Amino acid sequence: MSVLIENLTRQVAGGKVVLDNVSLHVPDGAFVALVGPSGAGKTTLLRAIAGLDPASSGHVEIDGRAMEGLPPRERNVGFVFQNYALFRHLTVARNISFGLDVRPRASRPSRAEIDAKVAELLTLIQLPDLGAAYPQRLSGGQRQRVALARALATGPRLLLLDEPFGALDPMVRRAVRTWLRDLHDQLGLTTILVTHDQEEALDVADRLVVMQDGRIVQDADGETLDATPATPFVMEFLGETLRFPGVVSNGLFVPADTHVAPFSTTAVDGSTEALIRPHEAVLRPDASGGTAKRVGRRGPLERLAVDLDTRTVEIERPVSAPPSGLVVLEIAQARLFQNGKPAVENARLPIDAVTTSSDAIPEPV
Amino acid sequence: MNALASSSPDSARRSPAEIALIAAAYAIVGLMLVLPPVLVFTEALRSGLGAALASITDPDALSAIKLTLEMTVAAVVINTSFGVLAGWLLAKYRFPGRGVLVALIEIPISVSPVVAGLVWLLLFGTQGWWGEALNRVGITIAFATPGILLATLFVTFPFVTRTLLPLMEQQGRDAEEAATLLGASFWRILWGVTLPEARWALLSGVLLTTARAMGEFGAVSVVSGHIPGLTETMPLHIETLYNGYQSVAAFSMAALLAIMATATVGMRSLFEARIRREEPRKAETAGGGA
Repeated sequence: MSVLIENLTRQVAGGKVVLDNVSLHVPDGAFVALVGPSGAGKTTLLRAIAGLDPASSGHVEIDGRAMEGLPPRERNVGFVFQNYALFRHLTVARNISFGLDVRPRASRPSRAEIDAKVAELLTLIQLPDLGAAYPQRLSGGQRQRVALARALATGPRLLLLDEPFGALDPMVRRAVRTWLRDLHDQLGLTTILVTHDQEEALDVADRLVVMQDGRIVQDADGETLDATPATPFVMEFLGETLRFPGVVSNGLFVPADTHVAPFSTTAVDGSTEALIRPHEAVLRPDASGGTAKRVGRRGPLERLAVDLDTRTVEIERPVSAPPSGLVVLEIAQARLFQNGKPAVENARLPIDAVTTSSDAIPEPV
Repeated sequence: MNALASSSPDSARRSPAEIALIAAAYAIVGLMLVLPPVLVFTEALRSGLGAALASITDPDALSAIKLTLEMTVAAVVINTSFGVLAGWLLAKYRFPGRGVLVALIEIPISVSPVVAGLVWLLLFGTQGWWGEALNRVGITIAFATPGILLATLFVTFPFVTRTLLPLMEQQGRDAEEAATLLGASFWRILWGVTLPEARWALLSGVLLTTARAMGEFGAVSVVSGHIPGLTETMPLHIETLYNGYQSVAAFSMAALLAIMATATVGMRSLFEARIRREEPRKAETAGGGA
């Protein structure tokens, strides 16, 4: 079931704009993650799709059908709440069958059919023996799966998940994540997931929609986001980032820091910022450079603190012999930004990534 | 007392102050709470059980019991319905003036029932604002059962809402939204999700309403007119009997009323215990989502 959102804006009482002219297309069968810091509008967008929060203006279409004026109960959208919102007074089985039990008699399946459906879903969520239990007895991971089974019972083709892994411990998280992705593929669902954890999103989703302050900042797959982040925020949100202020002058980026090597670029002259991942920065021996020393090690990687006179930055590299002398930092792989926008269009983009991302990157704002 | 005893690390060695405090607590409870009902029952049974029962089966007494039960049932039904709606509205929605409404709901707790009764008289009495007009179309409110019902409704108004509100606020709207998305209608959600999730608090509020409705004296006394066999509820009848020096009958009726009220409050304590047992689970669910 595809989802189309056009120019959706939501303004709450008091005038705050929580969704600002958001447009998004999720094709049938896609697994999309809405990511961003808290307050970015992710959950609001999800709730707007479900019809729980009305939009001030804009248009929502599910499976080609306009949703305006259609109450949430008629949208047949599977929704899993952050805290699962299971019905405490009902057993797991009755929780799961709730969506079928509340149907008018004419369209309600028979008791036997409902029971069969519940049994099927209990097997699917790998809790076949817990039908008679009450939610209080379940662990977080089990509740999460029951909430999912409940959302799936009415056979929605669209699944909306609000921070579904938020309350789970890390071990369970990974397992549930993998299981969820399998389920998505197996049932041919279209899934939109909200998370503030970018690693989780990269792990499970085909595409990430990065939100900030009620707007979509960038909408692309993980590789594209990493190669050509639309703003410094996207770059920093997706992982540890080193920032180097500087200027571009005559096709050369000149960093403000000492012991950082200038590099050539196609960017126009002006104040520029270079952002780079710690593992992309490289050390080069240089007699006039600074010192570098190992400060930590994890698995095959080590972290080195590089002294730039006025500050120290930490880079990451495969464990190797410690630098014998002074070094300078090579950051030619950095993404350059001028006034918060990419200074070089798709500069570092691999050829195959260009084709997949060309339609996903929104027009520059 | 158990709580006091168990909170002390070593019960064998209590300080004199502790002992004095505990003794004082027992003395106060004994004097204020245990002694009065014991006296009521002693007085009621002074001429034997037969006399007590005979006084209760007197026509005026039966009429008072009947009227009390009717008023209680009516007040409970009406105030539960509106209390649920009010609690739900105030807990689940934010709107201008909500704070004022929450405060207003508590007025009956703070205003003297006698004042409430007088207000009803002022409005509906024969000399009142609307009394004459209503009388002309054949509706009598003051010194009749409608007046008693109004008075009872007023004094028992806050209980259901006040017990439901904190629980419903804590539960939030998630379960209801989940039910909506699963296709449930408004009424289905109310009956199938909202009320069952709050059932123990609701029962507690209903029982509190019941106990208060049965025992209300002040407001009812003002509007009822004290007509034996017609507009006397049990508390009013007790007063009439007592003022007429029929102390066995008065105390028998009082004993009956005490039994009814104690039973209600006892049931309520049971439910309160259930609520408290469900509290940590709720906290756990809520905490899990944060």
